[in-house]
Amino acid sequence: MRTLLLLCALSAPAMAGEIWVTNEKDDTVSVIDTQTLEVIQTYDTGERPRGITFSKDYSRLYICASDSDAVQVMDPNTGEILHDLPSGEDPEQFVLHPDDRHLYIANEDDAITTVVDTQTRKVVAQIDVGVEPEGMAVSPDGKIAITTSETTNMAHWIDTETHALFANTLVDSRPRHAEFVKDGTQLWVSSEIGGTITVFDVADQSEVAKISFEVQGVHPDRVQPVGFEFTSGDTHAFVALGPSNHVAVVNAESFEVEDYILVGRRVWHMAFNEDRSQLFTTNGVSGDVTVIDVARREPIKSIKVGRFPWGAALRP
Amino acid sequence: MVTLCAMAHSALADVALTIGYLQVAQPRPPTLSNLDPPPEDLGVAGALTGLQDNLTTGKFLNHNYVLEPVTVPEGDDPLTAATALLAQTPYLVLDAPAPVLSAIADLPQAQGAILFNTSASDTVLRDTACRANLLHTLPSDAMRTDALAQLFVQKRWSELVMISGTYPADVVYATAMRASLAKFGLKLKAEKTWAFDADMRRTAAQEIPLFTQDFGDYDALIIADEVDDFGRYILYNTWEARPNVGSEGLSALTWSPVIEQWGAAQLQSRFAEQHARPMGSQDYAAWAAVRALGEAVTRTDAADPATLRAYLLSDAFELAGFKGRPLTFRAWNGQLRQPIALAHPRALVAQAPLEGFLHQRNELDTLGLDQPESRCEAF
Repeated sequence: MRTLLLLCALSAPAMAGEIWVTNEKDDTVSVIDTQTLEVIQTYDTGERPRGITFSKDYSRLYICASDSDAVQVMDPNTGEILHDLPSGEDPEQFVLHPDDRHLYIANEDDAITTVVDTQTRKVVAQIDVGVEPEGMAVSPDGKIAITTSETTNMAHWIDTETHALFANTLVDSRPRHAEFVKDGTQLWVSSEIGGTITVFDVADQSEVAKISFEVQGVHPDRVQPVGFEFTSGDTHAFVALGPSNHVAVVNAESFEVEDYILVGRRVWHMAFNEDRSQLFTTNGVSGDVTVIDVARREPIKSIKVGRFPWGAALRP
Repeated sequence: MVTLCAMAHSALADVALTIGYLQVAQPRPPTLSNLDPPPEDLGVAGALTGLQDNLTTGKFLNHNYVLEPVTVPEGDDPLTAATALLAQTPYLVLDAPAPVLSAIADLPQAQGAILFNTSASDTVLRDTACRANLLHTLPSDAMRTDALAQLFVQKRWSELVMISGTYPADVVYATAMRASLAKFGLKLKAEKTWAFDADMRRTAAQEIPLFTQDFGDYDALIIADEVDDFGRYILYNTWEARPNVGSEGLSALTWSPVIEQWGAAQLQSRFAEQHARPMGSQDYAAWAAVRALGEAVTRTDAADPATLRAYLLSDAFELAGFKGRPLTFRAWNGQLRQPIALAHPRALVAQAPLEGFLHQRNELDTLGLDQPESRCEAF
């Protein structure tokens, strides 16, 4: 019986998916098979690919080609670049609106957030934000977009109807990533140099909690939260801690850190597989992806990809 | 939502900060080569980029910043200019030699002011000659020579020789280097003074092999040539084929165009776009001074020097300075703690503090004067 269960568990990800990883210094994307945990394809992209996301039906892949000053649209079945979208200068990170149509793009060199219509391929709006915008998020109801600015140290709250800022909230130094959680009632923002995650109540933009990290044997200055993702039901957050080479597991109710998992060097972003039983982290300096067993909270494999892997996205 | 916005804004006071930038022109000593003259706007360009960063942040908080640049021509009295600037604002970013910095800090009008040293690396300004109103965003010579000494230890380069120039800056650098070697348990095997007066552009290939021949064998040659006079002619001309370090070759630097990690590429491109040249160390020090003030205003919502000084020297202050760690001020001498780049003109080789150099409080304090060593009593 036990064996049977185990077999079931093992064969669960039978519908193999793919994790797509941008390699910032190779100008490629690597495609990892979530069942074999091997790289099955590598496709060329524009220069310095960073942010990566799929359309809702996974028929289109959007890639921020930062040094090409474009968002590229790729056919994930062939790896062919179909066309470029206007993106503003130096697009670093972006988020697709729930309408599956509008991309909100952080233009790192220009202190601007650009909104692009992926159908008409036109810029809909450009919004002035703080210096070095990076982290991007949209609320599940699509009403609020967030840009975090690394040098201004703020989360900028954008009304997606009017494209106007309606609030600017200070966080600790160098905010990198933002996510709406719990049906959009909370916003989490990581601060790389500050070493914290700030949790906001979306209703009134007030601060609910601030999460700190402590990795044994690593100086606090080097514990730098960057990308993070949530497990099913938003019960736990897995947080990449940059040059401390660890991923933290945070209880999203108590805001306590429950575990630290050793991964590759300078862990940056991450993506779950289809049933969220495995987590794939991009490790920039070591040029690999660590696969974490989410239930056991253990690394199970390193997969060599290109140079400086940055973003990651799942295609089921 | 719009109402909320208005409320959020009205809760904040309108704050305006004027920052004076005082550049005291200094005569440059003659050098063997006229290659690479220092840019005319060295320093102030960094302050302007810092100002731009502050303004972008400030517009979301109703905080405004103004930079007031003043240049004192050679021969004019810098103290008169400083006094005039202090009548406008207590916040001065200074580009001046060490004695002038001390004199400005001692002006009655400067008491209670916040002055930033962005130009003088003399360790003594962080030691016996420190002033309570003078903070240093430029690293001391000791921080930079400690960074190189850590590299020597890590690479096991224990047989070291040094060639020093005779200009005051060279002498001060060589002195700091000797102290750093002693601090990290190293010593110089031999030393020579650069005393040539020939034009090395024609004779380097003939003269330098002979000049370095009697060093015998060694692991690395240290060059103390802070005025950029002869160092460039030493490389690839020495009798022994050994690495050259110090003012030339592999250098310990505050900032360099080859730094691109830790988000630095963004600062580099922002600066280059604004000023049409790469960012130098003094630009970085001026940028950091202006940004430190901006950060203090952002976090305290205040513009009075007592509040800002207390915040800058507190544990709460941290500046994201594109060096991979938060930058903070040493509360015992006003020096901005910061990693030091070990770089050659084409790439970053390492960043000090190097791995394995530990400190009970902050690894950055393995560079420069640590609290027990500093004889500064003004803080």
